[in-house]
Parts: sequence; C-alpha cells; structure tokens
Amino acid sequence: MSKKNNILDEVTQGEYKYGFVTDIETETAPKGLTEDTIRFISGKKKEPEFMLEFRLKAFRHWQKLKEPTWAHISHPPIDYQDIIYYAAPKKKKELESLDQVDPDLLETFKKLGISLEEQKRLSGVAVDAVIDSVSVKTTFQDTLSKHGIIFCSFSEAVTNHPDLVKKHMGSVVPYTDNYFAALNSSVFSDGSFCYIPKGVRCPIELSTYFRINAANTGQFERTLIIAEDDSYVSYMEGCTAPMRDENQLHAAIVEIVAMNNAEVKYSTVQNWYPGNKDGVGGIYNFVTKRGMCKGTNSKIAWTQVETGSAITWKYPSCILLGNNSIGEFYSVAVTNNHQQADTGSKMIHIGKNTKSTIISKGISAGFSNNSYRGLVKITKRAGNSRNFSQCDSLLLGDKCGAHTFPYIKADNKSSVIEHEATTSKISDDQLFYCNQRGISTENAIGLIVNGYAKEVLSQLPMEFAVEAQKLLQIMLEGSVG
Amino acid sequence: MMEYTKPNVLKKHLTDLFEESKVSVFSKDKDYISALRTEAIAQFDKKGFPSGKDESWRGTDLKKVLSKGYQQFLHPQNQDIDLSKLFICEVHNFDTDILSLLNGWMVNGYARLKTFENGTIIGSLAEAMEEYPELINEYYNKSDKINEHSFSSLNTAFAIDGVFIYVPDGVQVDRAIQMVSIINHDENLLVQNRNLIILGNNSSLTFVQCDDSTNKLTSLNNSVTEFFIGENSNLDHTKLQNLNNKSTLINSTYINQDANSNVSTNAISLNGGLIRNNINVALNGQGSNANVYGLYLMDDKQHIDNRVYIDHKVANCTSSELFKGILDDEASGIFNGHIMVRKDAQNTNAFQNNNNILLKDTATIDTLPFLEIYADDVKCSHGATIGQLDLEAMFYLRSRGISEDNARMLLMYAFATEVINNISIDPLRERIDDMVKKRLRGELSICDTCVLHCGSPEKEVHFDIDLSKI
Repeated sequence: MSKKNNILDEVTQGEYKYGFVTDIETETAPKGLTEDTIRFISGKKKEPEFMLEFRLKAFRHWQKLKEPTWAHISHPPIDYQDIIYYAAPKKKKELESLDQVDPDLLETFKKLGISLEEQKRLSGVAVDAVIDSVSVKTTFQDTLSKHGIIFCSFSEAVTNHPDLVKKHMGSVVPYTDNYFAALNSSVFSDGSFCYIPKGVRCPIELSTYFRINAANTGQFERTLIIAEDDSYVSYMEGCTAPMRDENQLHAAIVEIVAMNNAEVKYSTVQNWYPGNKDGVGGIYNFVTKRGMCKGTNSKIAWTQVETGSAITWKYPSCILLGNNSIGEFYSVAVTNNHQQADTGSKMIHIGKNTKSTIISKGISAGFSNNSYRGLVKITKRAGNSRNFSQCDSLLLGDKCGAHTFPYIKADNKSSVIEHEATTSKISDDQLFYCNQRGISTENAIGLIVNGYAKEVLSQLPMEFAVEAQKLLQIMLEGSVG
Repeated sequence: MMEYTKPNVLKKHLTDLFEESKVSVFSKDKDYISALRTEAIAQFDKKGFPSGKDESWRGTDLKKVLSKGYQQFLHPQNQDIDLSKLFICEVHNFDTDILSLLNGWMVNGYARLKTFENGTIIGSLAEAMEEYPELINEYYNKSDKINEHSFSSLNTAFAIDGVFIYVPDGVQVDRAIQMVSIINHDENLLVQNRNLIILGNNSSLTFVQCDDSTNKLTSLNNSVTEFFIGENSNLDHTKLQNLNNKSTLINSTYINQDANSNVSTNAISLNGGLIRNNINVALNGQGSNANVYGLYLMDDKQHIDNRVYIDHKVANCTSSELFKGILDDEASGIFNGHIMVRKDAQNTNAFQNNNNILLKDTATIDTLPFLEIYADDVKCSHGATIGQLDLEAMFYLRSRGISEDNARMLLMYAFATEVINNISIDPLRERIDDMVKKRLRGELSICDTCVLHCGSPEKEVHFDIDLSKI
C-alpha cells in the first residue's frame, strides 16, 4: 500500500513542465473592456470597417448577456474589467523566414517540444504558432500555396481574403450564440485561418500552437476552417501556458465549414496550465467549437485530449445539415487535483441519413470533477439518422466526481439512437491479474488507462498520439491508491 | 367559472385562497400543520409555478394547463351519484382493501380510519392528523427534497385529505391495499390529495395507487405521496394512471428508505392529457435497494414526463431503473433519470435504462439519463435507446403468416412485457397485462365506470394470433 502511495505522490506532485515564462517584450491594451478597447484592438490590427462593425455588434450583444451558470463547475466571479484583452509580442517588421523570428520566441517553442525549425525539417507539419493570441509565424506557407491552400493567421486572412472571411465568419458560431462566443467575437485578437479549395487533399497536417505568455491577459483567438467540395484536411491544435497564481481566461471560437464530400479532421491536445495541486491558478478554458457539415456526404471529426486547464467548458459540436453527412466526436478528458471539466459534444441532425458517433472517456482523480454533457438532437426531417454515444468514466480516488448529463431528443420515427454510459474504477481484479504476471502496479495502471482511452487515442494523428499518451501517463500513472 | 389567462393569475388566485382559508378551513389545524402550510405557501409564492426555463421542467409546457381556472374543494362534497357504481373497482381474483378518494376526499361510507388488531392503521389522512399527531409530527412532510418542488409546496399548503397507512414493526400486511382516486366533477377541478405511508421495521406492504377520471372534463391533480420504509421492510408499489385527455396529473412520490429495506415501484401510464411523475428515492440506510420501473403508452396529443431522482446517500445500496415507452400520433415524452452517488457511498450499484419506440414522425421523445457520482468504488451504468420496431423481427412474423397489424401488436406487447413482468402480484399483473393489450389495440379508453374494467373482468383479451405458428 505504501508503495502505491509513493507513486501517487510522485505523480500528483509532478510539475507542469510547460510552466515557464518567456521574457518577450509585449505590447498590451489597457485593462478593461469598453468600446474603446475594441476600437483599439481593431485599430492596432488595421482592420477593415466590416470587422469593427462585427466586433461592436458582438460587444453590444454581450453586454446584454449574463454569464451562463448551468455547467457543473464553480469558480469565483470573473471580473471582465480586470483582464487585458490584447497582448502581442512586439515585432518590428513582417518576417520572411524563421531566422528573423525573435530568438527568445524560437526558444519558447523549442522548450515546448515544437521547435518550428525542427518541425519543418522532420515532421513535415505546417505550424501556425500563436502567442498571446497573436500569430507569430506560419511555416510551410509556400508549399501549401502551390495547392491553393490558404493557411495563415486570421489577421492576414482579413487583409488578404476579406471575402472569404466575410462569408464564413460567424456562419457556424454567430456572435449571438453564447456569452463567451459574444465576448470572443468582440475582442478576438488573432487565430488561424485555413481554406482548402475544391478537390484538394491537403498533403500535410496543419497545426496551430497556442501559447499564453503575458500575465493578466485573456486569450481570445478564433479559428476558421473552410473545406470546399471534395477536399480533405487534418488539423491539429495544441496549447500551453505559464504557471501563474491567478486564473487566466481563454475564450476561443473554432468554426469549421465542410462542403459536399469534404472531410475535416480536427484534433486537439489541450494542455493549458491546470493550476497547482491546491487548485490555485490555472486557465479557465471556455471555448466554443462547432463544425457545420453543409454539403452532402461531408464529414467532420473532432478528437480531443483534455488534460489541462483549471476549468474546461467546451462542447465541440457538429451541425449535420447536408444529407448523408457524418459527425464524430472522440474525447479523453483527464482531471486531477482541483480541476473541473464540463465537456462533451452536440450532434444536431438536420439532413437525411446523417450519422454521428460520440465516444467520450472521462478520467477523474484527486479532488477533481469531470462531467460529460452532450446533446443528440434528431429533427423531424432527418429521417433514417443514426447516433451512437458511449460515455465512460473512470474514477481514481474517492474524493473526485464523475458525472454524465446527456440530452437525447428524437423527433422522427425512422431514426435510431443508442446511448450508453458506465462509471467504474480500476478493479482490484484487473490490477491483481497484471501484478500476478509480473507487471508492476504503476505499469499496470498505465496499461489499463491507456487501454481504456485507446479507442480515442487511435483517432489522433501520430505526432499527437505520442504526446497524448505521454501526457496521460504523467497525469495518472499510479494514481490509484 | 372564471377563465384565467396566465399561470400568474392562477398563482395569485391560489395564494389569495390560502389567505382566506387560513381563518376558515385551516383554522382548526394543529400548530405544526399550520406552520408547515404557512412555510409551504411562502415557498410556492417565491418560486411560483415552474416555467419552461426551469431545467427540471424543460420540455413540459404547463402554460395551457395553468391558464385555466380551477375550482378546489376544501370541504368534502356530497355528490348525488351512486358511489357504489363509481367504486366497483376490483381486480378480478385480487383480494384488496380499497380506499376510495373522490375528487381528493376519502369517500364517506367507508371507515374513515380503521385500526386493526395488529396495530395497522389505515384510512383518511385528515382523520389521522386529528388522532395520531405524534406520527404525523414525526413523518409528515419530512421527505428528502420535498420542499424543493413548488408543486409539492403547493400541495403541502392546501393538502387536507388522502390515504394514511401505518404498519407497525414486524407486521406483514398480506392483503394488498388499493387506493383509487377518481375525479368526477362537472367543472374544472384542482385536486390536491396527500398520502402518507409509514412502514416500521421488518414489515411489508403492497400498495396499488390508481388515478382515474370518470368523465371527459378538465382536471388538475397535484398529488403527493410520502413513503417511509423502516429497516428490513418491503414495499411493493404500483401506480396505474388512466385519465382522460383533458386531465393533468402531477404525481410526486417521495420514498425514504432505511437500512436493508427493499422497494419496488412501478408506474404504468396508460392514458392522460399530461402526466408528470416525480419519483424521489432517498437511500438513507445501508443495504437498501430500490427498483423503479415505468411503462408509458401514449398517443393522440398526450404528454408524459417521468423524472426519477435516486439518491445514494450511504454505502452498499443498489438501485435499478427501467422505463419503457411507446409513443404514437403526436404524443410527446420525457424521461429524466438522475442517479446521485454521494461521497462515501462506496460499493454502490446503480443501473438505469430507458427504451423508447416512436411509431409516427409526429411523436417525440427526449431522454436525459444523468449520473452524478462522487464515490469511486461504484458500478453505475445507464443506457438509452430510441428506435422503431425491429424490422427483422417484423419480417420473421410476417413470413409466418401473421398480419402486419398483429405482428406490430405482438412486438409492441413484447416490448412492454419487460416492465409488466416486474409486477409481483399475479392477478394484478394479469389485469395490467390485459389492459396493456387493450391499450395497444386502441380499445382502452377511460372506462365509463372505472379504470380497471371490472364491468367485464371475465372477458379475456387475446390477440388473433395462432401462437403455434411461431
């Protein structure tokens, strides 16, 4: 027993290894949120008039809204006037190559294990690195442009492709959608933009890396992915933040539009700073992610590994508008110490013969609370639709909570919905079986947890799968007492 | 009869009525009862009727129901009807003691409160409030969570009569007790009966609760039943709901279980304009077990809303839920099962299952199977399905010469039997079985005399199927 406890201690006291701060000069907006802040951000970014209009409309709407309270999370009230809404690494001119990037910045990404250079040479992944919600550098742009693919920062897209932005921004997540979407729509500073033209299969994986660096800032980025007819793209997103005692707000929006026969695969490994083991500090991760299967036979798949953040409030969703479209959601959410997660998926079936799958694996340890909350809605005209959901929870320790709140609505007679959920702990039988065959308790737990999460991990692109597996081990190995 | 236009008007009417009654009808109340009433009406006044925005009432729209005017009897009514004709309910071959309620009042002519040799007390709650204040004081309105629901608060404020049963320690009541609540009035009626059932340690009781209407007029029945189950005791509870399409039934059941007790409760909803079953089970003692079952067969524009909250407060308890429903025409249904496993409620086993069949595109179902778990050594699972009759099974039956209608009937019946089979009393099960068959064939409407169709108990129901062919 004492051995087990040692392992538990080791693990739960394991430090967050991305918690360093990089000393980069940043340019910030004054604290607080008024129309002037929004004009400041928009002006700083030299945005066209329509963007400012959009932001102001969103802001006026946000002022009318109240922060939602329905999620199974609790936190002290957030003072929205005490946040810096714009922080950007100071840069002097447009960058042509990596050599011109601030060496401190490059060092930061190296520490994160995603050295931009290395990435470029070895893995062939195009990376858009975003620090404090301003895009720093996008790699591989030349290669991509040969295929007609646009992959750049959101600001660049606003300048260079205003028609595309105008047409699609807010079409999936309107600024009226919810409190945090309205907030993001009014103050978002940057993000990634991706456009795959008709018939193009994106040859490499696209990736965005988000990093909060400055103190007292909120990060509000916005991602827009458009996949035209018959196209395909696999998109990855990663994120880390320094260790700080105060809570920082991250409220992002991700919008995906998939046209006829298009397929978008969106993978996230979310590893924001979760706070220390007493629950001090950490990121509030309040994110709206939604994909629209607009065309027939289109497909959007979300895969997420949620290990970080003090609080996660996130429901990647699919609106299955086109006939025969497919939505998938694979999630592993791990909470430890005092983390709280309220996450899940929404599948809205509107087109005929639409299919959706939800696989959610929650793992809670320490004093954490981990909730699955999801909606499956099959509308009247979505005949012959199909949904399968499976939400499993694993409890490690008797002070944590695991909850399931599915909402299932069916409005026609020809659709089939199946939902199942289980909650359990790693059984002594399983451990005994492994021990008996000479596998140490620590390794046995790693084995069992990885086996438990495998269904989801196997959906991740290779680079991410490795990172995710490592993360899982760091977070949990041996945390069964 | 005045017609109201908004739920708020009805609320105002009720709070005003309460103020008036305080000095008249309720003035004879014992102190603690009037204290409870005052507290409850204040709670109701604060919360008001639940609206669509209320999370626990989402999907059930009461606006129409609450926009009507209702008359409420605060005194027993002498009706010029032949009571014996109304209450000839008896499950064939099923030996029961019947307690009849007409419009929320215990019917005269039956013993108002009877004390048996073994100490069992059965009868009217109004009477019990007078005669057994110590029991009432100990149990009445003491259920877990009872003050959280505004309909229950409203009931506590106005409740006067209903069924009272007290089973002392070590007594097994072998004759089942059947409560038949009938609404028969020619104006819109609000009925708020209140039942209190107390089982001591090592005792057992079978209780059948029937809600019926005998005409096609509008009524709103806000009924609250509290059960207190002592250690090692057994309760077998069956609810049978067969009301006309204009009636609304808000049926709240609070079950409080001590150690090693065993409860089986079964809600069979066959007809009703709007039925809401609030079932709250508090597992307060170790080793207790609750089985909560339900079957709903809805058509037309009927609406069914089943909410089950099972609270595992201590270790080593088990619970299992099974709700099945078939929805036809424009019927709509909601199922919300919520299993709560408190911290330290280790070694809990909790299962929940909800299966639905939609027969038409116009029918809808929402199912919300929730788990909220704060202990780690637990086995909890839930499953929910929404679908149609199995086409392959259908084909199998058709290929054996069974007509489409009969095959469909047979499959629906097979779907429903999983719940019916949990009814432990044979004659009752057979009777309900027959009723379900009739219901599926569209033959069961609200009975002219009473729900249990005792008019022709000898007439058996058969499908026109030669089973030997299958």
